[in-house]
Amino acid sequence: MATDRPLSLFRNMAAKIAAIPMILTAMVVFVGGTFWTITYSFTNSKLLPRANFVGFDQYERLWNSSRWLVSIENLMIYGICSLILSFVIGFLLAALLDQKIRYEDAFRTILLYPFALSFIVTGLVWQWILNPDFGIQFIVRSMGWESFAFDPLYNPKIVIFGVLIAGLWQGTGLIMVLMLAGLRGIDQEIWKASRVDGIPAWKTYVFIVIPMMRPVFITTLVIVASGIVRLYDLIVAQTGGGPGLASEVPAKYVYDYMFQGQNLGQGFAASTMMLLAVAVVIIPWAMLEFGGKKRG
Amino acid sequence: MGNKASAIDMPDVVLEPRTLVEGPSGPKPKKRLSRRNIMIYGTLIVICLYYLLPLYVMVVTSLKGMPEIRLGNIFAPPVEITFEPWVKAWAQACTGLNCEGLSRGFWNSVRITIPSVLASIVIASVNGYALANWRFKGADLFFTILIFGAFIPYQVMLYPIVILLREIGLYGTLWGLVIVHTIFGMPILTLLFRNYFTSLPEELFKAARVDGARFWGIYFRIMVPMSLPIFVVAMILQVTGIWNDFLFGVVYTKPEFYPMTVQLNNIVNSVQGVKEYNVNMAATLLTGLVPLIIYFVSGKLFVRGIAAGAVKG
Repeated sequence: MATDRPLSLFRNMAAKIAAIPMILTAMVVFVGGTFWTITYSFTNSKLLPRANFVGFDQYERLWNSSRWLVSIENLMIYGICSLILSFVIGFLLAALLDQKIRYEDAFRTILLYPFALSFIVTGLVWQWILNPDFGIQFIVRSMGWESFAFDPLYNPKIVIFGVLIAGLWQGTGLIMVLMLAGLRGIDQEIWKASRVDGIPAWKTYVFIVIPMMRPVFITTLVIVASGIVRLYDLIVAQTGGGPGLASEVPAKYVYDYMFQGQNLGQGFAASTMMLLAVAVVIIPWAMLEFGGKKRG
Repeated sequence: MGNKASAIDMPDVVLEPRTLVEGPSGPKPKKRLSRRNIMIYGTLIVICLYYLLPLYVMVVTSLKGMPEIRLGNIFAPPVEITFEPWVKAWAQACTGLNCEGLSRGFWNSVRITIPSVLASIVIASVNGYALANWRFKGADLFFTILIFGAFIPYQVMLYPIVILLREIGLYGTLWGLVIVHTIFGMPILTLLFRNYFTSLPEELFKAARVDGARFWGIYFRIMVPMSLPIFVVAMILQVTGIWNDFLFGVVYTKPEFYPMTVQLNNIVNSVQGVKEYNVNMAATLLTGLVPLIIYFVSGKLFVRGIAAGAVKG
């Protein structure tokens, strides 16, 4: 045994060296960085990180901050609407494209191109289209409907829906592609069988196809949900968090406190809360996905 | 894959269903222009027009002069086409005191994107190869951590990386940002390469081993030549991802190294001066041009990239 050890350490040496960047990234940045941030979220670090522990003070301040509460509320509204709508729209588009139509590639290319654009570009275009003095509101008014009001970016009550319009435009193409891949993975025999039995197409979708696509739905859900938590660029470009604080989101709160407000502790506490939110989604999924597979 | 869809091609799309009336072919003639087909194509065309609208508005606005924009309709095509906004966006637009236009951001983005894409692909492909063919004890554990790391919100790791970069003296430099992009590209790319290398026939690998080839020999002489498509997919994924990045650019670089997205945002959302919407839209379009070109040229490979990125192995 004793002579075996150094040997097994050096065996496969090239592969181990090749894996060093991965090991460093995983252990130092991902694990180390996460624990570092969590630890320092319990300190009163201001401009520089200082190991002066103050318990849950930062979290208390966080949950008493109206800006944080607005951020959470916005993220919840945006997240729920965006999840439901992007799944519904994405699935319907995929189902439409799956009708053995001609020019499928052209349609798919058009529906997916916004996904190639950055959130900054997306936010700026929609800022322009939703501009009340030149965009949609102006055009509808000039067509004769004088009292028409649609200025989401200047109305604190609905500003988050203005962002949602842009976010959906950018992101539904991706969901459509994933759903389409799921639909294509379904055995054609099922369609034949249900046609023979005279079951209408929508019923086949709802009762047979959608339940069969569960894995695709779950994967898509995880991807979309972890993307929603990160919502940042779009807000910065489209509204800058405004009007006032009406469209603030947690990721922006973190950035502003860490790099502009010089209040690191608050930033760390807020980012730890974001981590917690993601963990609530990821851990059950991981257990479902990998927990059962171990034996096989 | 010749779908060069753009705002200019819209009439083509609208005409498409009409060409379907050519008549039945094949054993079982079907009425092509049935009510069902009109519904499907009609819906799809309307939706496609909606998706194309922002691109169209960008192009149209960027070709108008400011007096024409003030007159109204953002959807109206330009009466007098002018390229001045484009010139201004590229060479004269201001962010704060600096009035060099977007060109500086463009070149910064080029200088960031090229080394980041190369570094991340080289590292991830070697990593994926080690994981697929030279498994060692603990490899799977690190890999699992890496994949889960992809779901951690970036905000959690922003500051620790600031400290790490400061320690090695790269905070605020282009190379610091390259390292950050390499780190955050690693989970998805490693997954992509590992899965691809695993799917290659194992006999090849074994035969090369029998012939005495070692780790690097097999990688360079067998794995890389056999995997060119996946390298292209990875490249598309990375170029668009890194070009579109905003958060890392703003956190890890100084203003003189700001990538294009950050500079674009600073130009358009700056509070000083009169808003020049045509210049803003020209700048926005310029920034979006690189990923758009890659997207329209690469077609199915792009779809493959995001599907591979999305669906785990």
